[in-house]
Amino acid sequence: MTEPRIGVITFPGSLDDRDALRAVELMGGTGVPLWHADRRLPEVDGLILPGGFSYGDYLRAGAIAARAPIMDAVRGFADGGGPVVGFCNGFQILCEAGLLPGALVRNGSMRFVCRPVHLRVETGRSALTAGLTPGEVVEVPVKHGEGRFVATDEQLRAIDDEGLVAFRYCDANGVTGEATPNGSTGDIAGVRSPAGNVVGLMPHPEHAVDPDVGPTGGQPLFGALFAASMSGIGA
Amino acid sequence: MRFAFEVSVSLKPGLADPQGQAVRGALAALGWSGVSRVRVGKHVWLEVEGDTVEAATAQVEEMARRLLSNPVIEDFRVTPGEVS
Repeated sequence: MTEPRIGVITFPGSLDDRDALRAVELMGGTGVPLWHADRRLPEVDGLILPGGFSYGDYLRAGAIAARAPIMDAVRGFADGGGPVVGFCNGFQILCEAGLLPGALVRNGSMRFVCRPVHLRVETGRSALTAGLTPGEVVEVPVKHGEGRFVATDEQLRAIDDEGLVAFRYCDANGVTGEATPNGSTGDIAGVRSPAGNVVGLMPHPEHAVDPDVGPTGGQPLFGALFAASMSGIGA
Repeated sequence: MRFAFEVSVSLKPGLADPQGQAVRGALAALGWSGVSRVRVGKHVWLEVEGDTVEAATAQVEEMARRLLSNPVIEDFRVTPGEVS
């Protein structure tokens, strides 16, 4: 397999773009730095919208970035089936752009949370879970103040009917309920588009790929992203 | 013509507002223990060019729908404002 080329978009205020590029390289891919003001995408196989506080989170987290010049090209890439994944602020941007259902609002606890969490994979049909088995548990960190997933009743029905939850917060044994760090509806940590090629999650797989500095729960997610980028999501 | 508008953006009624709860706690700490609910919203003042007040209002309502509020979590209200 040739190396997948994964673009990482830097918005003003992105923080985790360097980590995302480094994670792509550590996992054997080629990281392609991209800029929010670009209107075209170079040759890439997948896209990452990284974490941070794009445009200072002014108005709402991700609201301004979702209308940045590059987002028309991102939408075109996603419409063509290309894998587009968002971590933390990237997830907020994808929701604000209407590429994913729901919204992320202030944590129910009123506190910023920064700690490792466990995630239960809910579907193998997404650009971050292709080839993974539902029920599998991975450990990755969260760090956010506005990560409580909410959605309209209509969106929640579609999320249920079409199986759009990609990850739920859980404990080390995969049990949901007590372990959710932010009050998210249904313990939802990440959702996918109906086709599965667009996925967002609040936790940070890009901070969990290097065994020298902590848990490596991000590795299988990058593996899935590379697989989805090279050969699609599969059945 | 220049017209001014106030756009008031509020969290949808059913949605928990931890910011409002924190403010309520702080008000109680200052002695206002009779405050039963607090909801924190946003207020956007803007001035726009338009031929008529109706055309300008329609523009601002479109802005509120597409950017100033997120229809998943927020409601908005547009009212006339003072041109500065």
